[in-house]
Amino acid sequence: MDEIKYNSSIDYGTPKSQSAKQVTLTIDDREITVPDGVSIMHAAAVAGVMVPKLCATDSLEPFGSCRLCLVEIEGRRGYPASCTTPVAEGLKVHTQTPKLADIRRGTMELYISDHPLDCLTCATNGDCELQDMAGAVGLREVRYGYDGENHLASVKDESNPYFTFDPSKCIVCSRCVRACEETQGTFALTISGRGFESKVSAGNKDFLESECVSCGACVQACPTATLIEKTVIEAGTPEHSVTTTCAYCGVGCSFDAEMKGEEVVRMTPTKNGGANHGHSCVKGRFAWGYATHKDRITTPMIRKSIKDPWQQVGWDEAINYAASELTRIQKQYGSDAIGGITSSRCTNEEVYVTQKLIRAVFGVNNVDTCARVCHSPTGYGLKQTLGESAGTQTFDSVMHSDVIFIIGANPTDGHPVFASQMKRRLREGAKLIIADPREIDLVANSPHIRADYHLKLRPGTNVALVSALAHVIVTEGLVQEAFVKERCEWDSFAEWRDFVAKPENSPEALADELGVDAETMRAAARMYATGGDAAIYYGLGVTEHSQGSTTVMGIANLAMATANLGREGVGVNPLRGQNNVQGSCDMGSMPHEFPGYRHVADDTTRALFESAWGRPLSKEPGLRIPNMLDEAGEGNFKGLYCVGEDIVQSDPNTQHVTHSLENMECVIVQDLFLNETAMFAHVFFPGASFLEKSGTFTNAERRISPVRRVMRPKNGYEDWEVTTKLSEALGYPMHYSHASEIMDEIAALTPTFRGVSFKKLDEMGSVQWPCDDEHPDGTPIMHIDEFVRGKGKFFITQYVPTTEKVNAKFPLILTTGRILSQYNVGAQTRRTHNTAWHAEDILEVHPHDAEERGIKEGDWVGIVSRAGETVLRAKITDRVQAGVVYTTFHHPESGANVITTDNSDWATNCPEFKVTAVQVSRVSQLSDWQKHYKTFSEAQIAFAGKKAEAAKVS
Amino acid sequence: MDIKRLISMANQIGDFYESYPNQSQAQENIAKHLNSFWALPMRKQIAEYVNVQGGNGLHQMVQTAIKAHIQV
Ligand code: SF4
Ligand code: SF4
Ligand code: SF4
Ligand code: FES
Repeated sequence: MDEIKYNSSIDYGTPKSQSAKQVTLTIDDREITVPDGVSIMHAAAVAGVMVPKLCATDSLEPFGSCRLCLVEIEGRRGYPASCTTPVAEGLKVHTQTPKLADIRRGTMELYISDHPLDCLTCATNGDCELQDMAGAVGLREVRYGYDGENHLASVKDESNPYFTFDPSKCIVCSRCVRACEETQGTFALTISGRGFESKVSAGNKDFLESECVSCGACVQACPTATLIEKTVIEAGTPEHSVTTTCAYCGVGCSFDAEMKGEEVVRMTPTKNGGANHGHSCVKGRFAWGYATHKDRITTPMIRKSIKDPWQQVGWDEAINYAASELTRIQKQYGSDAIGGITSSRCTNEEVYVTQKLIRAVFGVNNVDTCARVCHSPTGYGLKQTLGESAGTQTFDSVMHSDVIFIIGANPTDGHPVFASQMKRRLREGAKLIIADPREIDLVANSPHIRADYHLKLRPGTNVALVSALAHVIVTEGLVQEAFVKERCEWDSFAEWRDFVAKPENSPEALADELGVDAETMRAAARMYATGGDAAIYYGLGVTEHSQGSTTVMGIANLAMATANLGREGVGVNPLRGQNNVQGSCDMGSMPHEFPGYRHVADDTTRALFESAWGRPLSKEPGLRIPNMLDEAGEGNFKGLYCVGEDIVQSDPNTQHVTHSLENMECVIVQDLFLNETAMFAHVFFPGASFLEKSGTFTNAERRISPVRRVMRPKNGYEDWEVTTKLSEALGYPMHYSHASEIMDEIAALTPTFRGVSFKKLDEMGSVQWPCDDEHPDGTPIMHIDEFVRGKGKFFITQYVPTTEKVNAKFPLILTTGRILSQYNVGAQTRRTHNTAWHAEDILEVHPHDAEERGIKEGDWVGIVSRAGETVLRAKITDRVQAGVVYTTFHHPESGANVITTDNSDWATNCPEFKVTAVQVSRVSQLSDWQKHYKTFSEAQIAFAGKKAEAAKVS
Repeated sequence: MDIKRLISMANQIGDFYESYPNQSQAQENIAKHLNSFWALPMRKQIAEYVNVQGGNGLHQMVQTAIKAHIQV
């Protein structure tokens, strides 16, 4: 039998079945063959018979409460609910009989008698399942009237900034409750009370105060207007829809932008989205209002000095001014004095043209990307050990894991949609090990999930932990030698084995350094090595250290030694922060690599690009971001083209960054907003939002997904067009008429992208690279038969404590992280209602440290490091351990990076964001830096609002 | 660039390779790392520091690696 072709616009009522066994039955005289385990309702829908339903929807397990889907089955008594009755061989089912029609009408009558009949003015008029069902069952009259008891006077809950809960319209189908449990895994909702009294409750609080994380799954599941987006109430129901990709995190959720003309009405996660399967988080679904925020700048601006007001100019003038400045600097100081920075927020196509501009036209490889400050150690470490700078699995692979090991990542906040999937697997019984200095929610704060082991290690000791775990695996005979022999370089393994087996690498020897009990480490190592298919997920808590690359290699060592690579359920999985970290690295945005991770010194690759681009290219690696800044500080680096990146806020040691920028003669910033870096810029190119351009993003599982333009760019151009205009003004026209032509060039020049095209993405929805002749449909799981580098290579991972040490003056360690509702530097999310959940960055302090310093909840505290000082409000909590303080960095005025230092990873210069020695004390006013920042930023914002005549640029 | 910064970066690379049993291989790897990831002006500066100024404060393995294998 052919596989069923599912249509994503049909609701099959109940989920699919994975069963291989097929069952044939008859529904209303249609014979249909379906996988065993599906419901009769699902089978009927496959056969094209839509059984009336209210409480069922195919994203949720059936519940059987509304009794609208009753059917008759020959030889069986009564009227079973088709949503909860599984198919069986030979059944003869009738979905439409006079008796069924009667029962259904009676049921609907009861529903409608307690429902406001304001359909014509209701926000979901025309998009309401209750309305549809009233029609489907032929309801013509309601005999009971509104005289009896009803819920029509219930009060609306409008606390959530994005959706409304109107209990008067609720039919108590519990789809919302189940969506919150099954899809999101938050368990914020219950049905409280019984019978007539039963109602949906968010723990007896309003939605905003409740456990709700505003993912919107309940809103999407609700068949009525009870839970509904405020934008739909305001704008009405959408009239067309375009599938695109979320511009926030590395999960890369697929969304249907539901539109009215050029206005977005709502974003609905795409049901068959490869990364998200119809789910989303609060950012992607709701926080897109920044795209039309009044702070957005849509006109180009120039100025001679950062002390001058901005002058608004036309595109040609801005482009020509930028080009003439770059040319002048190049002539005066040489090509090494200019460069550019791309961003993980840019599309692949934008990154590609930017690095092409810098390499081919600037004539130098001084191009870098913000992955420098997040996942550059991943690129380095995984390339060295496995041969490819990318994660090994699909997200779906986690559903096959028996053991999940999370190191230095906080998926429920950083990668929420993937976290929901992971939580589903954990609720099914997978084991969980967490290594994190802080008690993240998954440790014990997620319903029905509890970590088996929480290794609450001191910040900065990851390598010691990895060595200790490896020691247990090696000395207790847990190595999968057959796998190692077949798949890895044996000599490198033997060296590594002898190294980790040394007594100084035992858990007992390292326990004090780590602050973790030796026996717990042993037990965790045994669980990882012997608990079945084990997968490691890691984040910036691994990479943003002076030994970030070493830990990544150590993680790969563990996976190779235990044969946890090359199939479903296992692997080494970096959780990427921003949407296109993977893609921007793939596109050659690092100074030493062309697209596809090929070194600039490789003559064959360089010749390939030279002939395609028609310009000579340098074989010398260029400057990385910190190198550019250091060189600028010394007066050797003078011109920067910075696209979509905000280095002033996101890079360490802010005062060093701003000093370096002040030293430059031409800083060009391309962005939606006057970001922190733009305050030091001389040219501002307004950017286009993700809704206003075409291109692709590549997520953490190497999935390339389309970004589609749903409205005209408010600034006039898509970002790649701006870059090509600059290129043309510099004497090198690039001839693309659409982003798809850029992807065609990428595919022609990059073996792992050979099979990628916009046409393929239209057909497949998304595709995971490598995508080439051998793998035309992409590669979900990597390294199946052999590693990309051939044999896997083990590396010795000597623990070297960071030089950022605590002492009497700086006795605490500051570590940093992020939270669900805000995104990175917050430039987008701060300009949405997401501030309802996180209006400011706060400092978490352990009760013991707080007491010693007389700090109370909510006090202003000064945080001083070797680099600088800032002031935040304190929150007293034992989520952090004594000796450690923690903050997020979503707000510029917090100045979290004023205190982080220049220390960086040995291999990649990725900053050591996660470890800064600090002192903390009660204060009564802002720090000097914050006061200066306030005055400076207010002046800069005023400069951007000034009229042209005030500017001095000639 | 500030030579102190280059020295500390280079020493970190030395620290990583210090535990490798095959020292000559480790030195080649150190130099390979510098040649692959450090821009030419940075390599020139550190090479000059070793070859002309004596390399004070620089990890011994890194000095040897630079003398033998650095490309400038
Ligand atoms: S928005 Fe998400 S978290 Fe909140 S109640 Fe609905 S499903 Fe639960
Ligand atoms: S709020 Fe919507 S989904 Fe939830 S029980 Fe009521 S009608 Fe059903
Ligand atoms: S922010 Fe991440 S998890 Fe949330 S919708 Fe966007 S891609 Fe998905
Ligand atoms: S849809 Fe089957 S009982 Fe509600």
